[in-house]
Amino acid sequence: MTAIGRASRGRDEVILLAHGDGGALTNELVKGVFFKYFRSDTLRLLSDAAVFNVEKGRLALTTDSFVVDPIFFSGGDIGRLAICGTINDLAVSGARPLYLAASFMIEEGFALSDLERVLSSMSVACRAAGVSVVAGDTKVVGRGHLDKIFITTTGVGVVPEGVDLGYHRLLPGDLVLINGSVGNHGLAVLAAREELGFGDQIESDCAPLNRLIDKLTRRFNGIKIMRDLTRGGLATAAKEIASAAGVDFWLTEKAIPLDAQVYGAAEMLGLDPLYLANEGKFLMVIDVAQANAALDLMRGDRLGRQACIIGEVRKGSGKVYLKTLPGGTRLLDLLAGAPLPRIC
Amino acid sequence: MWVLDKLRDPGLCGRLLERVKKLAADAVSHLGRPAVFMEVCGTHTTAISRAGLRGILAGSLELRSGPGCPVCVTDIQEIDQMLGYARLRGITVATFGDMIRVPGSNTSLEQERARGADVRVVYSPADAVSLAESLPGRQVVFFGVGFETTTPMVALSLAEANSRKLKNYSVFSVHKVVPPVLHALVAEEDLLVDGLILPGHVSAITGRAAFDFLSDKFGIPSVITGFEPFDILGALCQLLEMVLSGRAEVQNGYGRVVREEGNKEAQGIIHKFFYVADASWRGFGSIPGSGLLLKREFSGLDARHRFPIPMLPLRPSKGCRCGDLLKGKITPAQCPLFAGACTPAKPVGPCMVSSEGACSAYYRYERGNGQ
Repeated sequence: MTAIGRASRGRDEVILLAHGDGGALTNELVKGVFFKYFRSDTLRLLSDAAVFNVEKGRLALTTDSFVVDPIFFSGGDIGRLAICGTINDLAVSGARPLYLAASFMIEEGFALSDLERVLSSMSVACRAAGVSVVAGDTKVVGRGHLDKIFITTTGVGVVPEGVDLGYHRLLPGDLVLINGSVGNHGLAVLAAREELGFGDQIESDCAPLNRLIDKLTRRFNGIKIMRDLTRGGLATAAKEIASAAGVDFWLTEKAIPLDAQVYGAAEMLGLDPLYLANEGKFLMVIDVAQANAALDLMRGDRLGRQACIIGEVRKGSGKVYLKTLPGGTRLLDLLAGAPLPRIC
Repeated sequence: MWVLDKLRDPGLCGRLLERVKKLAADAVSHLGRPAVFMEVCGTHTTAISRAGLRGILAGSLELRSGPGCPVCVTDIQEIDQMLGYARLRGITVATFGDMIRVPGSNTSLEQERARGADVRVVYSPADAVSLAESLPGRQVVFFGVGFETTTPMVALSLAEANSRKLKNYSVFSVHKVVPPVLHALVAEEDLLVDGLILPGHVSAITGRAAFDFLSDKFGIPSVITGFEPFDILGALCQLLEMVLSGRAEVQNGYGRVVREEGNKEAQGIIHKFFYVADASWRGFGSIPGSGLLLKREFSGLDARHRFPIPMLPLRPSKGCRCGDLLKGKITPAQCPLFAGACTPAKPVGPCMVSSEGACSAYYRYERGNGQ
């Protein structure tokens, strides 16, 4: 295999501007590096577009860009995020993810070994989800023009017949479920970025949820809506659903799963776990009659062991209330700006 | 975690809450109106609101917020001076995250950063010192905001900068101390307050005894307490018991952290680098002996000395009532701008944007509680 853009200094090979030119070096990079990790036959055709058959039904399409800093953190990295994030957006919309496209914008000087680490992680995530990257693009920009690497993934999926999710379906009495503990990803990234020294005690929960969600949607037609918990955390997701559906959510603080380490770290930093990001958790609103069975199914899955019923839907106007541990009531609203740690 | 779990135990808190409700009802009979207690620590304001206690006790006990937020009580002219630093070429402003969004007269650090100013958020002043060391070509100015809890850390950063012989680290100190503002608060004739909840972490530094003047001179029952629901409920019990028996004492309800004489080492390092001076507090004006400025022998570490920035003339505020709020004269809901023109996304005053600010806490946790 030819050496890819060997840099003049040291043994660390780096990405050069020429790798984004579309010429020989790009070709070497795609075939020699990207193809090691993305094995789709469609991709390997290297045509200008991936062409594939689709089953009858409604298509779902989503896209997301990933610019997380730092790119490597406990429990994941930007590559894993890029795959799981897009797959999960499709899954919570009721779609079975079919294919992904991935475009990479890379800073000149980015270490090849880091690129391979990111791609390898993407490959592992794709395998776990059973979804392939079938189209891609690579650009390289000058040093300082972006921060190491940005990835955009676009995903297409199909919503099976009979799956009907939407705000219109929410009714007072529906229950709100979550598949596990909150705040893990947000804290893991913060800890890595600020070098807080938590080691591996707090790990991102980044994971592809499509298989678990598929099991749920196949069995339960009482699922009204689902929402991926990303930036803004549980509170924001709940608020968005409640506002859009014009109902009130009543959540119980005691019921919300929280890992002891996340709880402790958030306390120390003065952050509220209800507003910290997750990448492997989703909210599900389901008919009360099916809630317990759905809970059992989730708890039988690796990604749902700590699943809980955390609240219910009531008639209202888009507010989210939290019954606090001492028995009080607190309003959960959208955050203005990023959560800021306390001064004293 | 076991300790925190116990302090949040719903069973324990539940029983304590029942006791508070009973004592509060007794106090209503005794006083002819609900008792009014004021907390004077932003973290308490937030903790009380987060636990939903104000709402549970509404009607039987009134919990008001006082001047507890070091960000909120910083005078707007001093915020404007710090913004002036941000605009100077060659200066890197290092600050706690809270200050980033606080509005000055017409801009904020966040906005200046977007326009190209070098503004860095640090978790601790020690990080600002390391930053200075890593940026030898720039002058790092640390925005020194905070009460007694924070000032020792800033003093330590000055000691560190000295020992590393750094010439590019300085502090713009708007640090303040709490006992004088409480003195000014309770000396106001029209203040109606039956007891004070005193700040837990400030007291850890000053010691319980520093607040004795509240009971000795002014006859106001006071309790120092921590931040868990259990701590706060405990303090309310103690305050109500004092009100009902007509006693006025300053009690330590946070014995696991606060000592009678406080933290002598922390006090020592504060006084090594800072001297006590008059300071201007938003809402109160000048309060004697309430501020901390860097001693002359450390003028090389004092941004005020090294980079004098003229104070801009005070512009009239746009209907902002942070001043009255900080004195407990109004609640956030009584400010005409609250949740309308002034929201966390577009704050007019610091009380709405600081995580210790009363308006911020009420906006986040109390709307919908009839507050």
